[in-house]
Amino acid sequence: MKIAFSTIGKDLSAPMDLRFGRAVNYLIYDTATKTVLAIKNDYADAGQGAGIKAAETILKAGASVLVTGDCGPKAFNVLKQANVKIYSAKNVSVSEALAAFETKSLPEITTA
Amino acid sequence: MKIAVASGKGGTGKTTLAVNLALAANESVCLLDCDVEAPNAHLFLKGEMKSQRVVTLPVPVVDESRCDGCGLCSQFCAFNAIVSFGTFPVIAPEMCHGCGGCMRVCPQKAIHEIDRRIGVVETLQSGAITLVQGRLDIGVALAPPLIRAVKESLIGNLLIMDAPPGTSCPVIATLRDVDFVLLVTEPTPFGLNDLRLAMDVVRELGLPFGVVINRAGDADEYVRPYLEEERISLLAEIPDDRRIAQAYAKGLSLVDTLPEYRPLFTNLLRQIREAA
Repeated sequence: MKIAFSTIGKDLSAPMDLRFGRAVNYLIYDTATKTVLAIKNDYADAGQGAGIKAAETILKAGASVLVTGDCGPKAFNVLKQANVKIYSAKNVSVSEALAAFETKSLPEITTA
Repeated sequence: MKIAVASGKGGTGKTTLAVNLALAANESVCLLDCDVEAPNAHLFLKGEMKSQRVVTLPVPVVDESRCDGCGLCSQFCAFNAIVSFGTFPVIAPEMCHGCGGCMRVCPQKAIHEIDRRIGVVETLQSGAITLVQGRLDIGVALAPPLIRAVKESLIGNLLIMDAPPGTSCPVIATLRDVDFVLLVTEPTPFGLNDLRLAMDVVRELGLPFGVVINRAGDADEYVRPYLEEERISLLAEIPDDRRIAQAYAKGLSLVDTLPEYRPLFTNLLRQIREAA
């Protein structure tokens, strides 16, 4: 399973980015291989549709779970159509968010 | 003759100027309220609704049985309104500009268009003035297509357009193809700053323009000195007169309530006709 995180950095020690569509980078963590892939968000400054493009980015990377701060309605729609589960983690590093996800202590975002 | 009344800053007096120019024209005039997000010229012209028509924009729909998930539609869309992640694409119609590009690039011919309502164009008659206004539906962000629909109503020889504020797409859509732009401002730092932005737009479009200062007083340290230095024509000054604000607050026209101001508007119209 691949988990996408929105972050301002490029590795697991970096803080989470509270924004999804306007996040600086995405980290894709593969639970099978325990490897991390960093993807730069090319649409962080898009005039419109950053959230939708962000959803497309993590879906193309194969993520089935997203951990972010907040998720807007358009991105939420796309992710729900693709059956991605969305969880919220704020004011923590990516590794702390991952640990919390693994102990099932992250709240799920069910409405946008 | 097509005259647009514009400004960078909101609330400088575009509608006051547009409505009173139309009333002072002494001939049949078509007044277009192109501020489709907040049309307000109708507040000052008690008129009868003559017609109303719905304006739509073509937006894509995907036929799932034909789509092979190639994603070309998503790559093509400049507005991020259609996304594909290897499966059936997801469309955000509220972001679509109706360009039809996704439909053209689709190799499977899986995309067709349906009409999405964005607002209405209403025509009202008030004496010699035919008022045409656009009214954008709540929640719709895309004003230019509706403004273009308002501008299709070219009735008679004299056309006055009340532009939206600012310098973005809705303003450009309004100003395109006009003969003269009247820029209204106020004698404040903010007024001057936004006048300069509006002038940049008008110059970029290559349109003749002149300036009107509203709420003008003696102590104008900003706009008047700037216009003199730049040799820009100051066509009129509407004084900072409390009675004007009182008439406005009651929804009354200036030229009828305070007839001493009528010559200001007839002169303005004459100057524009000479300049354009």
